Amino acid sequence: MSVLYILWLRQLKRYFRSKSRIIGAIGQPLLFLLALGYGLGSVYKRAGQGNYLEFLVPGVMVQTVLFSAMFFGAMIIFDRQFGFLKETLVAPVSRFKIMFGGALGGATTAVMQGLLVFLIALPLGFRLHHWANAPVALVVLALFAMTVASFSSAIGSIAQDMQGFQAINQFLIFPLYFLSGALYPLTSVPTWLRIIGEVNPVSYTVDALRWALINQTHFGIARDLLVMVAFLLVGIAFGVYRFRRIEA
Amino acid sequence: MAEVAISVKSVSKQFDKFTAVYNLSLEVKAGERFALLGPNGAGKSTTIKMLTTLLRPTSGELQLNGHNVVKDQDAARKSFGIVFQDPSVDTELTAYENMELHAVMYNVPAAVRHQRITELLELVELTERASSLVKTFSGGMKRRLEIARGLLHEPKVLFLDEPTLGLDAQTRNLLWDYVGRLSRDNGMTVFFTTHYLEEAEANADRIAIIDHGKLIALGTAAQLMKQTKTKTLEQAYLALTGTGTRDESVDPHSNWQAIHRSRSMR
Repeated sequence: MSVLYILWLRQLKRYFRSKSRIIGAIGQPLLFLLALGYGLGSVYKRAGQGNYLEFLVPGVMVQTVLFSAMFFGAMIIFDRQFGFLKETLVAPVSRFKIMFGGALGGATTAVMQGLLVFLIALPLGFRLHHWANAPVALVVLALFAMTVASFSSAIGSIAQDMQGFQAINQFLIFPLYFLSGALYPLTSVPTWLRIIGEVNPVSYTVDALRWALINQTHFGIARDLLVMVAFLLVGIAFGVYRFRRIEA
Repeated sequence: MAEVAISVKSVSKQFDKFTAVYNLSLEVKAGERFALLGPNGAGKSTTIKMLTTLLRPTSGELQLNGHNVVKDQDAARKSFGIVFQDPSVDTELTAYENMELHAVMYNVPAAVRHQRITELLELVELTERASSLVKTFSGGMKRRLEIARGLLHEPKVLFLDEPTLGLDAQTRNLLWDYVGRLSRDNGMTVFFTTHYLEEAEANADRIAIIDHGKLIALGTAAQLMKQTKTKTLEQAYLALTGTGTRDESVDPHSNWQAIHRSRSMR
């Protein structure tokens, strides 16, 4: 049993033992799918854009992965408050492994949440265009979840308490999500909004997932994946850098 | 001459403008049971945090079992176990899972892992609760689990930061009995802090008293009493540290109080 494995396993055990986390993470995407999917569906169709629910599902999957993976940062704050962080910090294990193993676990649970949204969307009428592209969707979710979990560990290391963490969540993560291409096509918005969308890493994840699930793309899958890998590396570097500086 | 297990040489720790530990030097021999006493905010926990790699000293040198604590962190970390002042177990895991996680992080060989965990849980009388989530445990049970966990990788030095705080007499006796036995039979070095002076008298070979981050006395309980011409360790302690109460907090995260206080004292 390796250290990375046991730290990964810890996150999974904690996830499966927290029913409220699983149920809570279904509620929000379901609300988005029902309210927006059905509420805006006919308007979207009349504008000649096609099926909105189909367009929306990848966006809501990304939303779910984004917020679930951010939870890993909150775990670091809980670990600090409940004292467990000290136990890991005095262990003869590199800070990189502690952060990376936990982030892998946080990312894994986030991907599972994202897949749950996919399953919920099926009875609502969502269909895959090419089953052959489905593995790419999994890769996209995994890359994104790991990127967000790494960033969140940096934020969890910087924030001293839950309030600080929530503030960063409100001012950084919500705008990143709503100003991406998750809820509307970047082709049909004012230029300023399009530009924000095009420098926003979340847009590339949404776009890559759309390519894999419904065969639509704004940037092209190659560019999407390139941007995603770049942000993953930046995210891990940032996460490790901040986590190493924690003093208990 | 006995081997040196812990060596602290002219160590200071500064938080912004507040000095938590100032020019502290002491040596603990291998196998010795050593108590660090002092009023609240004297720098006891800061000293333990520096010795256990949780805080870096501002200046000075710390050695643990021959390893430089700052430069050779991993070697130092492998050689000690610690029971913290505040709980540090994962309450959403079971007792066994907490032990297992620790064993893997400290590289306890897979072949002996299960056996050692079982034996230690038996020793702290938690066998029947091994697969219960720790959040269902009482404070004393959590502390017993932490003690078992701290011993799991057979450390050469065991740090105990106020280990008996809030424990009943039964658990306190169990703890000191076992720690004493490990020190006698295996030559384990024990370094602890406590506010219960009779505990220090009964369980420490030598005692250091610090106040305001400085070492003010060092010796056996008998020597300290002789030095202060008193009859009990408590009298000796009060003679050395005075009778005024303290309320400084030397936690780096609530540093503000300490700074505020040190300013207003000027």
